[in-house]
Amino acid sequence: MLEISNLHASIAGKEILKGINFSVKEGEVHAIMGPNGSGKSTLAQVLAGHEAYDVDLEKSRVTFLGQDLLDLPAEERARLGLFLAFQYPVEIPGISNSYFLQAAMNEIRKSRGLDELDAMDFDELLQEKMKMVEIDPGFASRAVNAGFSGGEKKRNEILQLAVLEPRLAILDETDSGLDIDALRIVSEGVNRLRSPNRAFILVTHYQRLLDYIVPDFVHVLYKGRIVKSGGRELALELEEKGYDWIRTEEDAGAPV
Amino acid sequence: MSTPKDSLETAAYEGSRVERSTREVEDLAKGEYKYGWTTDIETDTFPKGLNEDIIRAISARKQEPEWMLEWRLKAYRNWLRMDEPTWAKVHYEKPDFQDLRYYSAPKARKGPKSLDEVDPKLLETFAKLGIPLDERKLLAGVAVDAVFDSVSVATTHKEILGKRGIIFCPISEALREHPELVQKYIGSVVPTGDNFYAALNSAVFSDGSFVYVPKGVKCPMDLSTYFRINASETGQFERTLIIADEGAEVSYLEGCTAPMRDENQLHAAVVELIAHKDATIRYATVQNWYAGDEQGRGGIFNFVTKRGKCEGANSHISWTQVETGSAITWKYPSCLLMGDNSVGEFYSVALTRNMQQADTGTKMTHLGRNTRSTIISKTISAGRSDNSYRGLVRVMPKAENSRNYTQCDSLLLGDQCGANTFPYIDVRNTSARVEHEASTSKISEDQLFYCQSRGIGPEDAISMVVNGFCKEVFDHLPMEFAVEASRLLSVSLEGSVG
Repeated sequence: MLEISNLHASIAGKEILKGINFSVKEGEVHAIMGPNGSGKSTLAQVLAGHEAYDVDLEKSRVTFLGQDLLDLPAEERARLGLFLAFQYPVEIPGISNSYFLQAAMNEIRKSRGLDELDAMDFDELLQEKMKMVEIDPGFASRAVNAGFSGGEKKRNEILQLAVLEPRLAILDETDSGLDIDALRIVSEGVNRLRSPNRAFILVTHYQRLLDYIVPDFVHVLYKGRIVKSGGRELALELEEKGYDWIRTEEDAGAPV
Repeated sequence: MSTPKDSLETAAYEGSRVERSTREVEDLAKGEYKYGWTTDIETDTFPKGLNEDIIRAISARKQEPEWMLEWRLKAYRNWLRMDEPTWAKVHYEKPDFQDLRYYSAPKARKGPKSLDEVDPKLLETFAKLGIPLDERKLLAGVAVDAVFDSVSVATTHKEILGKRGIIFCPISEALREHPELVQKYIGSVVPTGDNFYAALNSAVFSDGSFVYVPKGVKCPMDLSTYFRINASETGQFERTLIIADEGAEVSYLEGCTAPMRDENQLHAAVVELIAHKDATIRYATVQNWYAGDEQGRGGIFNFVTKRGKCEGANSHISWTQVETGSAITWKYPSCLLMGDNSVGEFYSVALTRNMQQADTGTKMTHLGRNTRSTIISKTISAGRSDNSYRGLVRVMPKAENSRNYTQCDSLLLGDQCGANTFPYIDVRNTSARVEHEASTSKISEDQLFYCQSRGIGPEDAISMVVNGFCKEVFDHLPMEFAVEASRLLSVSLEGSVG
């Protein structure tokens, strides 16, 4: 469903992604790992359509469900079924979670020619999803992420994921800043949402998350390129050897 | 004289279009000012210029008592000796007061007794503005007084209100039917010599609303006045006087629009509120005067004096305003907290775009013991506009244990607009507690991206962030006004972010 070929992107003239290639099929879970500064979050944001990045449109090609993704603004990518769980979820004071999610859901439904849900129907759906991801019902009326703890923000992202039911969900360092209980709840939420027609890309620095959400594929990103791809065992190897292993190997072999 | 006839279509103008850096805004039509058309109606209009004869003529047209004329002339003579204030952070060409008309009224068919006698063109005008004056079509919960240029054309639900002893009528009618009440209260909160524009208003005001709620009566419905400026080169000077007697309660709403014209038009109103012991007055405004075009041509000069007096113990006055229109806004709805334990509140949203300038805020003067005031001001600036909050909190020596809480938040859209906060605090009693909080923020790219990544388009995202920013104020508006205010903000913001 997602094909990434030779993706180049830069910010403020500095090239961050230097030719990314990989593809994701329905139902698959891919993990993107790599040391700090390797371009993991940039990849997530570029796929979601953040306008701060300049994508080299001559070289890069990304298709999602058969559509040229790079042509679309962020909101249209979301309506198509792409979801980004933010590393740092943004606060929107004064707007309640339920209002925000209802607006988002109805935009997505409208774009697919479906009827909008009214507040009653939506509330029913929201209650059900909140139960599913073990979130307190009080969340619905709280302003979007305003005054939430780090863990609450991450759980709120998973709630949004559960409500919006995307085809492809990118989780950007969802595990960072979570204690072990929160990590368990978040992971269980994600596992419940796994399905044969939904794919996940987990962006993470640590192997820890992959103990809970077991990936089908692991890619190691380093200096803007995928330098190793493998199965679950690659993550374990990384944990054992550390990122220095990649650094030494790559920097030694790289052209000077 | 009649005004040029413009169709709704030709009068539509292209709203503010600041080019988005990344994406063209698709729907140009949305930013239009919807109320820019004019009504073609025969009017009774005075010649240009201001002198004692004009004032005598206004007073005569209104069949006012002699004392009223004397009051007006005194105000006029005061005004002649006054200078236009220059302390506000606004720039404009001073109006030529001899080049304005001070009275314009639709030619009446001998004073309509009921709605059936009101010129259908006027009813049509208000219906087009969304204010049906036909009582059968009206919302049951709101009584409306409709003011067209210098006169009130219709007041609804008078009978229901009358049964409870509530007076709700044009002030010109109150001067004829209840002169003793008007004489007792007019100028008691805003004296004729209070300031330049209040003095001018006192001299030439032509109409406005009068409300009296008797002792112990809770007004069963919201009262509302809708102001419409139609005639060109004519100032609108309305005067509103609201009195809540002991234990009474009333909620009052005010809305305004004007046609789009290339020249500036002057609106200089005075509003006086008097709350007696245990009384409550809530006053809400949604101001949507024509704001001028992108280059700053045309638009209303909105120079208004609004003040409430919490005269009795435990009285309560609350001002809520949503200001989106006018080329220049110069307005400080204030409270004089005289009665012990009295409460004053000011909740404001002021949005400026294009070349609009707003200098608005409040004055809370604590005179009685245990008096409390709350000020929540939200300003939103876009385009090349300039938006200032100016507020004074004054605690006088006898105001033991007074409390004030002030919160001023500014939101900037784009990088060519300005937001300023001018708080003045004058405390003369050591037991007082005065708190002031202020913040300035920009709508962040992050907020927009976050909404977009959930499927919400950038325009809707902006309007969502702004509405969230204003929530604390909207919560104080009656439901229907809150919806209208929220919609108005969204329309005003279309295409305002670069």
